Amino acid sequence: MKITVKVWRQTGPEAPGKLVSYQLDDVSPDMSFLEMLDVLNENLATSGEEPIAFDSDCREGICGMCGLMINGSAHGPLRTTTCQLHMRSFSDGETITIEPWRAEPFKVLRDLIVDRGAFDRIISAGGFVSVNTGSAPEAHSTLVPKVNADRAFDTAACIGCGACVAACPNAAAMLFLGAKVTHLGELPQGQPERDSRVVKMLNQHDHEGFGGCTNVGACADACPKEIPLDVISQLNQDLRRAMVKGY
Amino acid sequence: MTDDLIDGLYREGAPIRDTKAPSGPIEQRWSKRQFEAKLVNPANRRKLSVIVVGTGLAGGAAAATLGEQGYQVSAFCYQDSPRRAHSIAAQGGMNAAKNYKGDGDSVYRLFYDTVKGGDYRARESNVYRLAEVSSNIIDQCVAQGVPFAREYGGLLDNRSFGGVQVSRTFYARGQTGQQLLIGAYQALQRQVAEGTVTMYSRHEMLELIVVDGRARGIIVRDMVSGEVETHLADAVVLATGGYGNVFFLSTNAMGCNVTATWRAHRKGAYFGNPCFTQIHPTCIPVAGEHQSKLTLMSESLRNDGRIWVPKKAEDRNKDPRQIPEEDRDYYLERIYPAFGNLVPRDIASRAAKYQCDAGKGVGPGGLGVYLDFSEVIGRVGRDTVSARYGNLFDMYKQITGEDPYEVPMRIYPAVHYTMGGLWVDYDLQSSIPGLFVAGEANFSDHGANRLGASALMQGLSDGYFVLPNTIRDYLASGPYPAVDESAPEVVEAKKSVTSRIEQFLNSKGTRTVDSYHRELGHIMWEYCGMSRNREGLLTAVDRIRTLRKEYWSNVKVLGENEQINQSLERAGRVADFLELGELMCIDALHRRESCGGHFREESQTEDGEAERRDEEFAYAAAWEWGGEDSSPVLHKEDLVYEFIELKQRSYK
Repeated sequence: MKITVKVWRQTGPEAPGKLVSYQLDDVSPDMSFLEMLDVLNENLATSGEEPIAFDSDCREGICGMCGLMINGSAHGPLRTTTCQLHMRSFSDGETITIEPWRAEPFKVLRDLIVDRGAFDRIISAGGFVSVNTGSAPEAHSTLVPKVNADRAFDTAACIGCGACVAACPNAAAMLFLGAKVTHLGELPQGQPERDSRVVKMLNQHDHEGFGGCTNVGACADACPKEIPLDVISQLNQDLRRAMVKGY
Repeated sequence: MTDDLIDGLYREGAPIRDTKAPSGPIEQRWSKRQFEAKLVNPANRRKLSVIVVGTGLAGGAAAATLGEQGYQVSAFCYQDSPRRAHSIAAQGGMNAAKNYKGDGDSVYRLFYDTVKGGDYRARESNVYRLAEVSSNIIDQCVAQGVPFAREYGGLLDNRSFGGVQVSRTFYARGQTGQQLLIGAYQALQRQVAEGTVTMYSRHEMLELIVVDGRARGIIVRDMVSGEVETHLADAVVLATGGYGNVFFLSTNAMGCNVTATWRAHRKGAYFGNPCFTQIHPTCIPVAGEHQSKLTLMSESLRNDGRIWVPKKAEDRNKDPRQIPEEDRDYYLERIYPAFGNLVPRDIASRAAKYQCDAGKGVGPGGLGVYLDFSEVIGRVGRDTVSARYGNLFDMYKQITGEDPYEVPMRIYPAVHYTMGGLWVDYDLQSSIPGLFVAGEANFSDHGANRLGASALMQGLSDGYFVLPNTIRDYLASGPYPAVDESAPEVVEAKKSVTSRIEQFLNSKGTRTVDSYHRELGHIMWEYCGMSRNREGLLTAVDRIRTLRKEYWSNVKVLGENEQINQSLERAGRVADFLELGELMCIDALHRRESCGGHFREESQTEDGEAERRDEEFAYAAAWEWGGEDSSPVLHKEDLVYEFIELKQRSYK
């Protein structure tokens, strides 16, 4: 396959960026999207041009490190992570535009790499159960109905990639937030801190500069782990309850 | 130490002993050690500092726990967030001796299975402790909100895994590693908020600081600004994972590397059993030269899939559906009728290699065998198969573009886990006082081969329960003299890091870092992979030395230090892999027996099975760095089996 890519190049956080075109003449449909970029980078390095910086680590769709805007869609045309996208999803001769996640709180560090430290700070604000090592009761002392355990799992599957924020026209991180609030809120272990958790996490979310939810649903459409949109309803419900209680 | 060079490659030094291991009844040893280990007064803990490198299951759990106890912790990871460490990719599950199924499991049975699975090359005391602590891990993780699979009654579900006869594996669908890691990550972030842990993401450790024979800090590079920073502490913990990426292609993440442990090795930490590598039989084969990593398909596929190759080499490019039954060789079922397709990982891997070596491999490059589901689909129906393996089939289809419901899957072995790592004593302390090593980065618990669902168990056992209880003994034995950034050892360590960076950036070579890494990987896979022999290993050492020499004069790294520079990051990692690779080959050469994942062709039975040689090799090999232009020194730690009788494995 012959492919043209237009890639966002930016040398540093404060530097201006621009789209630069590159030509690839020998792309195999079996290559992953990131392997296509690896090949391009090898070509660039060999010819003396600095390679394109992009994040990736596990390359099996679970670590959440990779994430690119591909032709305007977070993670590209399939509902998967960028590393699990393959070139057979594109056609011979196609031009592909590749950009970093665009959101105020995700500062571009270089080329396609952004800073997602805001997500860690949101978790630090309350996305945990306060239980010190060694103080846990026997695991079977609390039963968890399967429906709750399953729902907790479905929402705990979030990989923190940031596609939801990138896809949202308002750069909200409500799907990310809602997923964690729902995961811990479904379990008995998460109950004691349930009210304070949602308030603290939401305050941090707003403090980081993420926008508010306007029920567009682009986040859930873009989520490679299929976190359902209704976690945001759960978030709102938990928030109302907490506020009534005076949190 | 004898001065004689053995095979022209290494020397043998004095034997080494684990001086911390308690004696007495095995079930009392861990309690005894915890009691004997000195305590640190809670008020004094905040004056003591610990550096933790790596934030996977072992590092994340250790940093969180030490923070909870009140120590000042600095944690480092090369990823953009501690939640991304490669523990996250573990699929299958985690063993624990809860015996919730009432099927005869016990701490002793898990201990026994792990020692046997490691082919009798791990310490009894360590493995027993691992089995003992396993139950606490489940309690801890459940309390954190880890969403393990449950039954309708609300109890935790278990499954049987990796060929054992009891159901002791706890799981969260196919994403157990992810869920356990997020549990540890959340505990860690809680401590970040408490102020006990300072987190440094996108920071890579490039050197260990040793002052007066003790580990006192690290030199790191801020991967965003390029700044080379010094961090000092009372003790250092390395939890930096395995080194499977020395093979270039493996199931490891792109960034997994040996640099932290290798730099420590060069500063005096012994490297234990570097040649013990686990090669997993069910991975998706290489599609072409562009391949950047290999993807594991869960081993559970072998429960229902039948592995075969064409009997005739000329059929290997045919559509497999057109090859009649009588022209197929179900070689595992033929050679191992009792276990069939469920033989252990190393046997299944080697058998696939032999078929491909014989020219019967299928797919691109002839490096693959079929894993065929047509028989089970015919027997139980497509829907049942889909319920069991649907997500794996989807993943396979996404990567290869082929539909395994219609066409047999192709699989091939890939490097998955390294049992070797820095040598540690029972306290997880390396041969450098004050340097502790946890998780896959150490060599301690899996011997020559790791059982399925035991990696997660070891990482969390080390991180939550073992290390926090043993490091206090070291910290309580202080205070150690204050060190500041002007100490000559600190200045020297920092200077060596900056001059290495300059050397890469000033080398006006012609070849990229990746091209060297790929070539090293080919050498390792060919000669130090599934099957090893003396001649091949000698060739490999020779070729690695030549390659390493060329690397330093001809590698090309563009850009500057003061920026995100991924070529520069890789250049340092590959330089260390080029040294580690040689040591792995020397270790494989010196161990003239087959055991676990290490198969020496010279040591096999008449019918071609692995032959362990306990009279000569029942020891752990701890290698000491010999110096830049000198040879490594072997120290043997004899393994004593007081409780478990050594037996040869047989699967025929």
